[in-house]
Amino acid sequence: MSADQNDIQVILATDCGSTTTKAIMIELKDGVYRQTYRGEAPTTVEEPFADVTAGVVNAVTEIGELAGRRLVDDEGRIIRPARGNEGCDIYISTSSAGGGLQMMVAGVVREMTAASAKRAALGAGAIVMDTIASNDKRRPHEQIQRIRELRPDMVLISGGTDGGDTKKVVEIAELIAPAKPRPRFGKEYELPIIFAGNKDAVSDVERAFKVGFDLSIVENLRPVLERENLAPARDRIHDVFLEHVMAHAPGYPKLMEWTDADIMATPNAVGRILEQIAAKNGINAVGVDIGGATTDVFSVFDGQFNRTVSANLGMSYSISNVCAEAGMDSILRWVHLDMNERELRNRVKNKMIRPTTIPQSQEALVFEQAVAREALRLAYIQHKEFATTLKGVQQQRTVGDTFSQKTGGQTIVDNMKLDLLVASGGVLSHAPRMNQTAAMLMDAFEPEGFTELAKDSIFMMPHLGVLSQVNEQAATEVFERDCLILLGTCIAPAGEGKPGKKCMSYSMSGDATASGELAYGDVKLIPLGTGQEATIEVSPARGFDLGAGPGKKVTRTVRGGTVGVILDGRGRPLALPDDRQLNLDSIRKWIDSLELYPQPQEAEAMAQA
Amino acid sequence: MDCLLIKEGEHVSEGDVIARTKGMFGMFKNEAKARADGTIENVSSATGQLMIRSQQIPVQVKSYMSGTVVERLEGEGVVIENHIAQVQGIFGIGGEAYGRLRMACDSIDQQLTEDRITDDMAGCVIIGGARVTAAAIRRAQSIGCSAVVSGGIDDQDLKNFLGYDLGVAITGSEKIGLTVIITEGFGDIAMADRTFNLLKSHEGNECSVNGATQIRAGVMRPEILVPLGEKAGPDDSAFSGSDGLLEIGTPVRLIRDPHFGLIGTVSDLPAEPAILGSGSKARVLSVQLEGGDSVIVPRANVELIEE
Repeated sequence: MSADQNDIQVILATDCGSTTTKAIMIELKDGVYRQTYRGEAPTTVEEPFADVTAGVVNAVTEIGELAGRRLVDDEGRIIRPARGNEGCDIYISTSSAGGGLQMMVAGVVREMTAASAKRAALGAGAIVMDTIASNDKRRPHEQIQRIRELRPDMVLISGGTDGGDTKKVVEIAELIAPAKPRPRFGKEYELPIIFAGNKDAVSDVERAFKVGFDLSIVENLRPVLERENLAPARDRIHDVFLEHVMAHAPGYPKLMEWTDADIMATPNAVGRILEQIAAKNGINAVGVDIGGATTDVFSVFDGQFNRTVSANLGMSYSISNVCAEAGMDSILRWVHLDMNERELRNRVKNKMIRPTTIPQSQEALVFEQAVAREALRLAYIQHKEFATTLKGVQQQRTVGDTFSQKTGGQTIVDNMKLDLLVASGGVLSHAPRMNQTAAMLMDAFEPEGFTELAKDSIFMMPHLGVLSQVNEQAATEVFERDCLILLGTCIAPAGEGKPGKKCMSYSMSGDATASGELAYGDVKLIPLGTGQEATIEVSPARGFDLGAGPGKKVTRTVRGGTVGVILDGRGRPLALPDDRQLNLDSIRKWIDSLELYPQPQEAEAMAQA
Repeated sequence: MDCLLIKEGEHVSEGDVIARTKGMFGMFKNEAKARADGTIENVSSATGQLMIRSQQIPVQVKSYMSGTVVERLEGEGVVIENHIAQVQGIFGIGGEAYGRLRMACDSIDQQLTEDRITDDMAGCVIIGGARVTAAAIRRAQSIGCSAVVSGGIDDQDLKNFLGYDLGVAITGSEKIGLTVIITEGFGDIAMADRTFNLLKSHEGNECSVNGATQIRAGVMRPEILVPLGEKAGPDDSAFSGSDGLLEIGTPVRLIRDPHFGLIGTVSDLPAEPAILGSGSKARVLSVQLEGGDSVIVPRANVELIEE
């Protein structure tokens, strides 16, 4: 640490993404930490620079220029500690550049130990390239072929409960070892293997990986079927990430010398801060970070954290894949303007091959936000399928359970229990109107009941995640004051009805008053500003549920935000009309109700300006 | 392990008995037979798992480019050295291909249509101008052209040609009988002047092309290599070393709709961010287009072009 914990005035943090390096400055002002300036620059891990620190220096220099503070010395190094109008006290960084952390995981049973291994890898911020399991329906030579094709940064092996059968997990190890998987970076280093399986199998696993691998043993991540113990494996993944992967990425050895805390994989840092918020406020939360190549979804339900990364759902590198997976029709159902599909296809591909461009016209923005809805929707489906209760656990049943045959492996994601939905990533964070961000979240995630919507103001959750390790007070203060922008509260009854028929009636009092009825298929925006609160009594119509049961009245205190309170009477699951004209009518009605885009004359004036 | 009849490293043929139980009183013996030809890779005492590595198959690899072998990489390949002229495309499909360079278009803005592809272009690398049509690619494929290089292509045509919608831009392994390389982007977009002239100046020369593209970390773009051998002139690699600075007078190409593909020069660089038609705020620049019009676009939506 370059400065005393109690005397930290200026903090500099960077996040080196695959496209952009984002830097923020945090300063102690009147006894409180506040985020003051930000800067960004293209990431420089590729040729001709091939040195991540060049992008870091550029982003930090931009902050310096804006703040009127000299942060980089003549040798291109970040100045520390802070003195007068120079330097900073702490410098920290996260990274997802160079494709982030890519792992292969293996376990004995795909739905049990292999699923737990995958959860551990995802929780540590990795992209899981493939999951090898004894029952993955591939024959051993096909598995070997696959292992040889992959170039993972490391491999995590689990399998067997402690004291159980060792044969199957040793078989997996004996399959991986002769396949000789090669690491992605640095031919000269040995591929790291982390074993987190049956402790009785350790000696046999050690024998299998005796030559040519860097094997480390950690506690079993599924010591008994009823319990996961993911932390030791996650911690080891983080260490190996630093020791091997980062050390071989262009410019990272230098960056690691500069930072005052270990560089953290970006999703790992985001997950950490979301877990902290959920724990501190005792709530269920979902966070999403939609990037150029991938979309990460994080959830905390009843204290259980899950993260998924949808590797090919993103807004630039992967935009074409979103269109291919969702289908152009699914995307265009969110668009209220006439668009030529042939031309759109070219635009999508041009965005893919030149990922750093930004939408200039309103038409381009509407289309990108439509793509984002589908990317988010698909990513959330994947997340719900992954975030499940443990499989393989014996269920204790009573007579009362006869008609509710719930088995292991049920999703724990319950939109009705969701309290907070946080958005981050360019298309969500940089939307010109916050109403657009709220609408994208509602359309893609379909929150039910009462859900607060928020966004990461300038994508600083990764920075704060790593900062919380160094200075929790600063991380918490900045998170509450500058990072999280509350958009408002969405109130959406679950259920289906007939268009035009009553969906709910409401009566709101407090900092804003409103009352009335909402028809099925309509949405209504009630202004309630940041810091304001109101008590709302909502009576859903028969067949609609706000969490208390079908048709049951609910009274809650809701918080406002930059958007306000949104009454969503479109029902759940959200269904859009198949007929194009009806679909257009619906979309245009929702756009008007939520004030999503400027009126044509307003847009024209902006374009001319 | 007691039942094994073979050792690690030994060769076995399919059907050979590799293990036999002792049975009872010399009777009721069970046998395990090899299910493939190969060498015993390893035998596990923990699980009883035995692995047979099948015999190595000799693979012939063609030299990608003519030149001199300067290094041998044991078990992997060789390094070939030559003086080359290189053009990097922006997107491609299909892998390595070779052939004589043939110009099919007279100018950069001419579309490469099927009537421009003649039978005597079989085996050649055909160079077009602006957009290559689906019919032209099919014609090139049917007469056996090695590759087609042009400024742009319609994505719908690409989808029809491939038979599927390309999701992730990781290409190179398509088995389509020819390689297609796009130098500028999707749509009707003219090839850059300098690229066109460079390829034209080498018309008739043998060249190597590779459509493999990976737009991810570790970006890989398609390429056209023209080996020059002893004919190599002075090293002009300095041309590719643009200083990358946006200044007034810098030639740029607009790479995003509504002005996609237009070329002009930077006429103003306002320091303050501006509100775009989309409502977003971004740093912009003013571009004087070739036709005389002036447009304001986000800085992120231009790329520098070298003169």
